Parts: sequence; C-alpha cells; structure tokens
Amino acid sequence: MSAVQDVITTPAAATAAAPVTRARRLARFNATWTAITLIALIVAPLFVKNFVVFQMTMVLIYALAVLALNILTGASGQFSLGHSAFFAIGAYTSGILMEFAGVNYILTLPVAALICFIVGFLFGFPALRLSGIYLALATFALAVAMPQLLKIGAFEHWTGGVQGLVITKPDAPFGLPISQDMWLYYLTLAITLLIYVAAVNLLRSRSGRALMAIRDNQIAASAMGVDVSLYKTLAFGISAGITGVAGGLGAIAVQFVAPDGYTFQLAIALFLGMVVGGVGWLPGSLAGAAFIVFVPNIAESVSKGLSGAVFGVLLLFIIFLVPHGARQFAIILQNQFLKFKKT
Amino acid sequence: MRRRLNYGFAALSAAAIALATTGSALAQKKYDSGASDTEIKIGNIMPYSGPASAYGVIGKTEAAYFKMINDKGGVNGRKINFITYDDGYSPPKAVEQARKLVESDEVLVVFNPLGTPSNTAIQKYMNAKKVPQLFVATGASKWNDPKNFPWTMGWQPSYQAEAIIYAKYLLKEKPKAKVAILYQNDDFGKDYLVGFKKGLGANNGGMTLIEESYEVTEPSIDSHIVKLKSLNPDVLLHISTPKFAAQGIKKVGELGWKPLQIVTNVSISVGAVMRPAGIENSQGVLSASYIKDALDPQWDNDPGMKKFLDFLEKHYPEGNKVDGSTLFGYGVAQTMVKVLEMCGDNLTRENIMKQAASLKDFAPDTLIPGIKLSTSATDFAPISQLQMSRFKGEKWELFGDIIDAEGGS
Repeated sequence: MSAVQDVITTPAAATAAAPVTRARRLARFNATWTAITLIALIVAPLFVKNFVVFQMTMVLIYALAVLALNILTGASGQFSLGHSAFFAIGAYTSGILMEFAGVNYILTLPVAALICFIVGFLFGFPALRLSGIYLALATFALAVAMPQLLKIGAFEHWTGGVQGLVITKPDAPFGLPISQDMWLYYLTLAITLLIYVAAVNLLRSRSGRALMAIRDNQIAASAMGVDVSLYKTLAFGISAGITGVAGGLGAIAVQFVAPDGYTFQLAIALFLGMVVGGVGWLPGSLAGAAFIVFVPNIAESVSKGLSGAVFGVLLLFIIFLVPHGARQFAIILQNQFLKFKKT
Repeated sequence: MRRRLNYGFAALSAAAIALATTGSALAQKKYDSGASDTEIKIGNIMPYSGPASAYGVIGKTEAAYFKMINDKGGVNGRKINFITYDDGYSPPKAVEQARKLVESDEVLVVFNPLGTPSNTAIQKYMNAKKVPQLFVATGASKWNDPKNFPWTMGWQPSYQAEAIIYAKYLLKEKPKAKVAILYQNDDFGKDYLVGFKKGLGANNGGMTLIEESYEVTEPSIDSHIVKLKSLNPDVLLHISTPKFAAQGIKKVGELGWKPLQIVTNVSISVGAVMRPAGIENSQGVLSASYIKDALDPQWDNDPGMKKFLDFLEKHYPEGNKVDGSTLFGYGVAQTMVKVLEMCGDNLTRENIMKQAASLKDFAPDTLIPGIKLSTSATDFAPISQLQMSRFKGEKWELFGDIIDAEGGS
C-alpha cells in the first residue's frame, strides 16, 4: 500500500513507538486493507445488477489510466494533460483490430499497449525540453488535437470518421455461465491487478528509484549517473502504454469508439482522478477513478442545470479539506489505527 | 357449501370465456417493465453539460411538457415519470446512462436521446435489449432502418430528406441549372450530398453539378468560393455548419457575385449566420424549415402557437420562446404522448413501436401547418416534409407549398 510514500511527509505518529513493531503493525494494517479491498472487488459483482457491474468495470478501466498518469506524474514528476490521446489510440487500436482484422479482443490489448508505448516514448523526446506547466500545455495540445486527427478523411475507412466504430462485445469463454458484463469485469480486474503489481514493483526497483531521483532533483540524479533523458522518455512510454490498455478495455466495455469520446475533458477527468486519489499513491487511483465515474452522477442528481457547479463545489471541498486526496484519508486512518492499538 | 363454490367457479370460468371470446377488442391490460396501472416510466439522455449543452433546453422542455400532461390527469389515467440523465455529449457516458435507464430504472422506452455519436453508441444495445430508442434527436438518415434496427426511430427530417427538397425545388424552378455544391467533408456534409443527388434522380435531372469540399479544420473557405465563382454556376448550395455558412455568404457578397444561394436548416440562425454574413449579403438566400418561428408575426393568431405560448407561460416560465429547441422539445414530447394515447392499455414495448410506426397525419402544435407526421412498418422517418423559406429584411419568410421528400411534390 505504500508504493511511493515519500511524496508527502507522513504526519509523525503521536508517540514514538518502537520502530520495529510500528512498521510491523503498519504492514499488517496495510495487508488487511488490501485484502478487504480485493475481496470486495471480487465478490461485489455477484450481488449487483449488470448495469452496476458495467459501472464498476468503467471504474477499473479509469483506475488503470489514472495509475498510468500516477507513474508519470507521481514518480517521474512530469505533467500530462494529454492522456486522453493515448486512451484514444489504445481504444482505436483495439477497435480496428477487432472489427477489421478479426483479432481476438484479448490479443488486441498488448498491441494497443505496444503502439501507445511507442507513441508515448516518441512524444517523450520533445517533452524533454519542456517541464512543469509548459509540458502540461504541450500535452494538452495533444489532447485537443486527437479528436480532430481521428476524423481525418484519409483514415476514415478504418476509424469510421465522425461516426466511429461499433464493436461487438465478447462472450465469456469456455461456456462459462456468466454474463458478458461479469466476464469483462473479471477480465479487467485481472489485468488491472497484474499491471498494478507490476507498477508497484517497477517503482520499488532501481528504475523506480531513478525516476524518483529525477523528480526530486534532476541535476543530482544525473550526477549520480542516472540517464535522465532515457528514464524520462521511458516513463512517458510506460505510462502511455498502460493508458493504451485502459483505452482498449474501455472500447470493448462500451462497444463503441468515436472521436467525441476522447476529448480533452477525458484528459482533465484523468488528471482530476489522480489528484483526488493522491498524487503518487498508486492505490489512490481506484478512489480517483470512482470519483470521476460516480461524482458527476451525484452532482447531476442534485441539480440538472447546475450539475457542473455542484461538481465544482464538491471538488473544492476535497481540495480544501483533504488536499492530498484519498491518500491523506488513508494516513489518517492508519494513525487512528496505530493509536487505537496502543491504548 | 361445496355447490356454492362450484357455482362460483362456473361463473368465473364463464366470465373468463366471455372475456376470451370478445378477444382483444376488450381492452386487456398488458405491461412491460416501466409501465403499470398508475405510471409510465420514460427515460431520456441529454447533453446538459459539455460542448452541446445548449440542446439541454430540449430535455427541460420535455420534462415541463410531461409535467403539464400529469397535471391534467396523465395519459389514460397513468402519470408519466420522466427520468432524464446527462451524458455531456460523450458516447461512453451515453452508454452508461442508457444502461442505467434500462437496467436500473427499468424504463419502458428511451425517448429522444440527443446526438448522432451518442445514439450510435447505444443503438446496438437498445436493439439487443428490445427497448424502444424512440424519436432520436439527430438528423442523420441512418435511423430510418426498420429492417436492421426495429427498435430505433427518428423524428425530425433527416439531412437527406432536406437535401431532396432542395433538389425538387431546383428541378422545378431552375431546370438545367449549373449547381455548385460546397460541402463539409464529414458525415454531415456527405449525407446532404447523397440526398441531393438522390433528389435530382438519374443523370442529375439534367443539371450540371460542381462539387467542392472543405475540411472542418480549415480556418476560412474563401478560396473555395473564389474557385467556384470562376466556374460560373447559377446556384450555390452551402452544405455547411453555421460558421462556414456565414463565411461563404459573406465572401459571395464581397465578390459581387449573385448566384441563387441555399443554406441548410442547420445554418439558418439569424444571429449566428445571417448577421455575421451581413444582412445585405443575405437577402434572397433560401432554406427550408419545419418548425415555426415564435418571432414570426404570421403565427400570432395560430392556434398551435397559442397553445405553445400558453404552455410556456403556465408550465415552463423560464423557457425561451425564441430558442428553436423549445419548440422542438414541445413537438417531440407531444408526439410521445400521442403514441402513448394510441397504445391504450397495451403498454408493451412491442406495442409502443407498433403504434409509433402507425402515426397518420399527426400535426404537433409547433410544426408549420401542413407538415404532418406519418410512419409505417417500413418508414421510420416521421417528418419528411419541409417548406421553403427566403431571407428577407431581417427574417425568414416561408413561401411555396409544403414539399415532401418521399412522395411526389
């Protein structure tokens, strides 16, 4: 649960417990919560309507994209407001391969990842020259351009132009007696877990530490012998690749891709998900994704005409009360837990 | 005791037989999920937020209209429960909302969802679930496809139908003309182009066509206008969205060129097209309409317009009568209520589609008099008539007869 916990300083525990037992307790606390979340994710779909299963699938898909953004921003310190573009490329890759080449939907996902990795890696080079808000703007340009690029007449035969592509939803394999939605949910869950574990391990590895070193002090990192430009572009590539998988899964779940589905609003939503979940805290991706899927619905149920304003107010509350998002919440919980155990 | 019971049983079975023999003429109540003795649940998806939020007015007008119907006692004694959700004009969100309506709210029909991308996204799902996707708010011609999508139906005249009407008008008024068509190179533009050629018929009806397309990404279409002028056509057909229609009309005026110009119904806004193009440049430009204009004094004593204004005053005071979307929402909601009335007590999804496909000369209050809705099992395009209009002074003036895109004019 503590992949990159050094982004913000953990509030000091009220009393200095013996460090060893504290660490052990924390580990147990984290393990418990991880297990609870996991069990909830596995069991919950069995008790809800298919429609809710679909929503949960969308949460996982966005969680994957937010996770990707978290690796880029949280670990390597590069901003991106353009991840909707990679999401779109992944979605179109899957859609086109499925509909025109008849490729199995699961096999389209690695292809989507690879193509997005290459595009992201290449985009990482010009991004090297930019940093902070300038990089954010450059990626934003990518997000704004993407829907129009998808409408270009030359590719219309494959992309379907403005009309988009309708995708056939896959049935559960091996004659499993579960609905399409349920199958897709568990498939998404498995892929998300796989990528999550890989991402956690990546950030704990040498490469992960190199990325964080670049984030904290680029000059110091390069003095230590870290190849700054390689790691920065790699971070972009990996992040884009994971987003591509999310895009592909999204296309399969929604059964439709069209340029209007991948506007810069999606990029902003992903960015929002990252901030709400806690920048650099990977488990927060899930909370952030749940926020961007469910909170607009809540805002809408409060007021149709002012749904945007209600959403804004909710967002302001979060920024003011828990500026580090879900992560701060988790830390508060942790501390309460430790205190409780002491008494 | 036992005998009495038997009598009771006999009486009951006699009644049952009587009921069965009188057949379906005697109203048997039949319901699908979403309908009951007291309520009819109607779902809807609108872009209340996002880039197309201006159309959200349609959903609000419909909600107000159904509320008025409920205040008057509902449809055959049943209240309409109108559930409308926001999709922000995003197809993935539209899928989520459609599934919520069908699987969670269990509505009887999804009525008037807006936008071509959103409707394309949910069409397959709605047809697989056999839930009516009724009177969709988009002008694409693909909604009239009862064979492949028997659960989807349009409402407004399609782009193709409108283009056919321009073709028919030109065939009559300007036979053998040289027509320049400047179209936007996307599905919107191509739909019109296909319709126009269809309307001209074989050999383009003896007309000479010059086709020129522009990309929606181009900052200005001036060069296309200059090029077309050099070919010296008699008629210039602007198949463009408002911004480009304004540019085109303006450039034609600047060049001192005086062809007969036609703009599509999409680009007839006085504020967004005619004024920017220059009122003097816009004189004599033609288009076609099917909805009344609340500012047009000729409807001052029109009973339909009076009913509409009365509705605005009593049930929807915040509504804007100048906004065409308000009149649109009123008209389509009225059509929905009409279909529900026709269904009687048989409120199954199948019967809803059957009745929606049996509309005969129905005239909503906000449509131009003479324009009527008709459908059949093979015709899922309710409105296929329009009336030509000419820009004169600062407003549009209707002229000529109602032209039908389907039959002979």
